[in-house]
Amino acid sequence: MGAQVAAPPQGVLLPSPGRLAKNGAVHKPVNSTIDIHSEEFLRQLMRRQLRLSVGCAATFLVALLGLPLANYFAPDLMATRVFGFTMSWLILGVLFFPLVWVIAWVFIRRSIALEEAEAAEVARSAAATPAGQPLH
Amino acid sequence: MTVDPWILAFSFLTVAATIFMGFWTARRSRTASDFFVAGRSVSVGWNASAISGEYLSAASFMGIAGMVMKNGYDALWYPVCYACGYLFLLLFIAGPLRRFGAYTIPDFAEGRYDSPVFRKIAVIFVLFIGFFYTMPQMKGAGTTLAYIFPGLDYRWGVILVGAVITLNVSLGGMKGITLVQACQYWAKMFAIAVPVFVLMSVYGSYGTQLSPNAPGRKPLPPTAPADAAWGSPFGPLTTKAAKAANATPRWHPTPELREGLSEVPTPTRTAARLMLATPEALAKSRAALLVRAMLEDTATTTVTGTNTPTMAEREAILDKGLAEEGILLVPAGPKEIWAVTTAQAARFQYPKANARALSLVYTYSLIIALVCGTAGLPHILVRFYTNPDGVAAKRTTMWVMILIGIFYVFPPVFGVLGRNLLPELYSAIGATGTDKVVLELPSLLNQKVPGLGSILSGITCAGAFAAFMSTFSGLLVSMTGALAHDVYGRMLRPQATPAQRMFAFKIAAVIIGVVAILLGMCVEKLDINFMVGQAFAIAAASYFPLLFLSAWWRGMTVAGAATGMLVGGLLALAGVSLTSFTDLKLLPLDSFWAANPLARILCEQPAIWAVPLAISLMILVSKLTAHAVPKDVRMKMLVLHAPEKLGLKQEYIQEHQAGH
Repeated sequence: MGAQVAAPPQGVLLPSPGRLAKNGAVHKPVNSTIDIHSEEFLRQLMRRQLRLSVGCAATFLVALLGLPLANYFAPDLMATRVFGFTMSWLILGVLFFPLVWVIAWVFIRRSIALEEAEAAEVARSAAATPAGQPLH
Repeated sequence: MTVDPWILAFSFLTVAATIFMGFWTARRSRTASDFFVAGRSVSVGWNASAISGEYLSAASFMGIAGMVMKNGYDALWYPVCYACGYLFLLLFIAGPLRRFGAYTIPDFAEGRYDSPVFRKIAVIFVLFIGFFYTMPQMKGAGTTLAYIFPGLDYRWGVILVGAVITLNVSLGGMKGITLVQACQYWAKMFAIAVPVFVLMSVYGSYGTQLSPNAPGRKPLPPTAPADAAWGSPFGPLTTKAAKAANATPRWHPTPELREGLSEVPTPTRTAARLMLATPEALAKSRAALLVRAMLEDTATTTVTGTNTPTMAEREAILDKGLAEEGILLVPAGPKEIWAVTTAQAARFQYPKANARALSLVYTYSLIIALVCGTAGLPHILVRFYTNPDGVAAKRTTMWVMILIGIFYVFPPVFGVLGRNLLPELYSAIGATGTDKVVLELPSLLNQKVPGLGSILSGITCAGAFAAFMSTFSGLLVSMTGALAHDVYGRMLRPQATPAQRMFAFKIAAVIIGVVAILLGMCVEKLDINFMVGQAFAIAAASYFPLLFLSAWWRGMTVAGAATGMLVGGLLALAGVSLTSFTDLKLLPLDSFWAANPLARILCEQPAIWAVPLAISLMILVSKLTAHAVPKDVRMKMLVLHAPEKLGLKQEYIQEHQAGH
């Protein structure tokens, strides 16, 4: 892994490994430790991220896959002229791009917020962890 | 036609500026990291411009306008899905891959599965898809140069562009290319937008030109599709297979049909009997038979008024006569024709293919191929590693979406204007036909303002140069990276010093560049879209499922990943090859495709089955080999998904090095 350059953690708390810490309770009290190496943390992390991604993808797929269906089942409506364009041409050739921007913008804002919330949560929990735990 | 000085000047300027920037950045690219991932320090603005510059290839710059002009609405899916594919990349793949922090896709493949064998498979696929994608760029270079210098051999364009880019990549690596590509994005944007605005101000806006009674419209030649088919969904592109099937009616060859002969009036029956009686003659040609049949009929000469009617006249007479009598000649086998009444024919003919339903299948398959294929193109993915951190990677992607989205509005405008103002391009095909509408259309303005047209045409030529040069440089960097980093740095000489690695990068760039030039010379006859389509189909059915499942499913094993990727990718390739080899007259499958339009569509656009197949295979084989799931998969998934602030990557590397 010689040439691998990974950004060093800049003044960030090293997470406590705590792999052996007993974190039995499923519904943890607010101020309990978050074990970032636990199954639970990972599953929650992935689920949150996937939910966001799938939500955004679904919005966009409804539009993308719905347009051929609209063309198929409502050809007259889609052939209505708007500013010289047919409705269908206007949607696909012009309006689709702003839609994609909006979805991308929403996704990026939310996913950055999500990452910050996760990092803050871990940091808070690490600060609450009693000192003396072995560091990695 | 002589060389236009403006076109020459602008094209020369683009090439010269590219070479200059290459030399200029060469002094500033020093470390191996500069070469492979531009030191991971490219700012958001530069990187977004560079990614967009790399993304907008010759197919985007010239091909889309040509396709819209030729096929109308159906071709609009291309620009839209190119942009949407990027969104998919952002939603599902960009973030995890960036956090994993590998240099190349093969790095990711090996790192995720701890399998050196899988790295080798991934390297082969990077090179394979890369070369498929390189060939159309090379073809674009050759044909554009042949347009600028009429009479120049196609191969010189390929050699010139290939050599310039190979020089740049080997001098400056990724860092050098980043600057060049960023500038080329703005060159392309300028080159497509300015002529469009000038043309629209003279000839009328996008919407006006698109309306049926656009001002200044010239009559369409017979080779052009009619307005109704061109402007509406399910037009020439997506209904081609169904139309071909319906053009040759097929019949149930039942004995009933043969008995039906008795209902046919005598003269025709004689003719038909004659046909049935001489299968050898029938085997030779239908036309020969028709002549014989008509010789029986003395009326032939009197109708045409000449003693030797041409074959077409004879066929027309016979067809007319048969139609009047309500008789159809039915091809019932390779050596048999039956004459039946139209009432019988209606009973025995296969139902016509539902062109609209098949067209819907084609449209969906095209969408899947383009969206998933974009998300799986290795030379686009490698760019995500050049961002300093994950947040920057996401911001970059947002800007890329905006930059390419704005760009993609313009090429269809060229297609629409070209249909109205330059319909003579319909009479030729490929590089001399609608594909060059972007280059040729602005020169029309010379009629209004002398000189203006040439200047604008020069600008679009410069844009075309920028298009295939920037995409080719990106491909060259990603393939060179695969060869120098994965093959040399990981497989052959893992102990190599950074200086040796940099030298290897330069050598690899030259090797790949030369191979790409040689391949580019062989593809003059092939269609640009056929080659791009193959690259997308393979990427959609191999890399996309691999990256998607690797990032989001813990149960994936190396056996599952490799099986799905290889089977999906190779079957997609086989399907696309079958149809394109038929079109190139290398395979005698025309009658099979005519009989099975659905099969034709599924082979021509395989994504609709190949992507789900690859994903199911990956899941199935992974379940069967569940014991082989990497031991530290939880740690890997954490690195892929946990915020970078937590510094897990660092911890993972330390642990990994300690473990091995």
